[in-house]
Amino acid sequence: MKHIKKISFWFLVLFLLILICLPGIWIFVSAFRPNPEILSKPANWIPDRWTIHQFTQMFSINGYVSVPAFKYLMNSIIISSVSTVIAITIGMMGGYAFARFNFRGKNKIFLGLMLARAVPGISLSLPLFILFAKLGIINTSFGVILVYVAMNVPFTIWLTDGFFRQIPKEMSEVARTDGCTRLQAFWNVELPLAGPGIGAAAIFAFLLSWNEYALASIITRTVHSKTLPIGMMDYLDEFTINWAGMCAIAVVMIVPALILTFIVQKHLVSGLTFGGVKG
Amino acid sequence: MGRNILRSPIMLLLPSILAIGFVIIIPLIFSFYTSFTSYKLTRPDSLFNFVGFRNYERLIDNTKFWYAFGRTILFLAVVLNLELLFGLGIALLINKITWGQRTLRTIMMFPMMFSPILVGFQWKYIFNDNIGLLNNFLYLFGYESAIPWLIDKYLAMGSIMVAEIWANTSIFAILLLAGLLGIPRDPIEAARVDGCNSWQVFKNITLPFLMPFVFIALTIRSLDVGRAYDIVHIMTGGGPAMRTELLWTMIARIGYKDANMGFANAMSYVSIILSIAFTYYFFTKLVAARRELGQQ
Repeated sequence: MKHIKKISFWFLVLFLLILICLPGIWIFVSAFRPNPEILSKPANWIPDRWTIHQFTQMFSINGYVSVPAFKYLMNSIIISSVSTVIAITIGMMGGYAFARFNFRGKNKIFLGLMLARAVPGISLSLPLFILFAKLGIINTSFGVILVYVAMNVPFTIWLTDGFFRQIPKEMSEVARTDGCTRLQAFWNVELPLAGPGIGAAAIFAFLLSWNEYALASIITRTVHSKTLPIGMMDYLDEFTINWAGMCAIAVVMIVPALILTFIVQKHLVSGLTFGGVKG
Repeated sequence: MGRNILRSPIMLLLPSILAIGFVIIIPLIFSFYTSFTSYKLTRPDSLFNFVGFRNYERLIDNTKFWYAFGRTILFLAVVLNLELLFGLGIALLINKITWGQRTLRTIMMFPMMFSPILVGFQWKYIFNDNIGLLNNFLYLFGYESAIPWLIDKYLAMGSIMVAEIWANTSIFAILLLAGLLGIPRDPIEAARVDGCNSWQVFKNITLPFLMPFVFIALTIRSLDVGRAYDIVHIMTGGGPAMRTELLWTMIARIGYKDANMGFANAMSYVSIILSIAFTYYFFTKLVAARRELGQQ
């Protein structure tokens, strides 16, 4: 009886693992094989012929570019990193303000910031499209960065606020009686201690910018500012889908996200829960 | 300057408020205004054609809109509940494992890194009636007639829900697991000594302790419910015959395809209020649960 219980338990775990991993594995395998093989019936999990054709095409080693994925990748990297750095910087300032000061309307401002983040991208995209067109920043990286900064700030504030609260106020006070200015105390004492939490917030901000579609699909128009999720749509023709190409660009999209998440995964969870429970 | 800036909370918050004001508040005010005009993208001068509440009246009369509205509520209710349930199940399961738990936790986070648009394409492929993985798999077991997952009106909605649940269960699982790992051992052991069975322990000790984590997860999730747009947009585009049309896809269709911005903005406002209400509700619940936990 005990054995049956144990076996069924592991069977359940295995089933879950398969459910979670299989789609990703399929994408990965399909990125390295020719299109007809993907469509074969029954499904063929181990490619007969491995090929990096889609990648060489995408990154134009042969000089022929159907989808300028390299440009999209660069756009994605620039937009996501710049917007993350800015969002973390100003979000951290906000988180510090909420953790260390008492001021009038504090809870209301906090709630207001969170609710601003809840506005669905597609609803926001209609007015942003018109405003950005009028201001002439539509289809520019600058415009996209601006939007992502605003979208990432509230969540960053939430996370960093939780982390700054973890650090006893006295530590900064001691540093200041020893002759540090508040900024020096922040820089030398509080920032290093909150480091892991800020890292987690940064990864969240980066992933959101990296994966965002609804807004980017409206305010980016050409290869100038299109990011990878928008670039994926290039593999979609009116009636057919180039599955191999799409899987290849998906791999380009997932791998950096995967690496980043693995690096900070430990702090990711504690960051979320500290911010929430003890905030 | 640098010394003063850290002294004033308002100065510290100013950049955040400016960014949000420019990208979220001003556009929302603008779209609130356009929702009272007959603004069409194709005719810029219609921006000043004030029509009062006509867009909202049209909305109230529009049965398609109310279907989409009801469908969105239903979709969110089903999806959020199932995600919570599965997330709790997975968290309890992984909590029991002592060997390799960290690896499992990392693998579990896998779907979180997928862009919603990628999730959409992935499941569009899996559910494809002709070449999809799922029908291919059923074919192996001798089930030869292809099931039209994304074409049948009921199956399509179910398929979208599966994709959405696959993508977002992990956030619940991870946060609830963090909660489970933080539960003190003593009360559980004391309860067992007093003769509680595992269900009673779960109901009276584990669950109350987990509640703040449930609300954290729900609050975080509610910030992003609008992202379901990406998945629906890719998988069915609101079809077949608008049977999977949610508020968000309807907004996109009317705003961009039909270029009817005024009407779409009126609709946007309904969806914004819906999202904000969701977040507000979970947030206040979170604050309450937190207070309760602090008092214990």
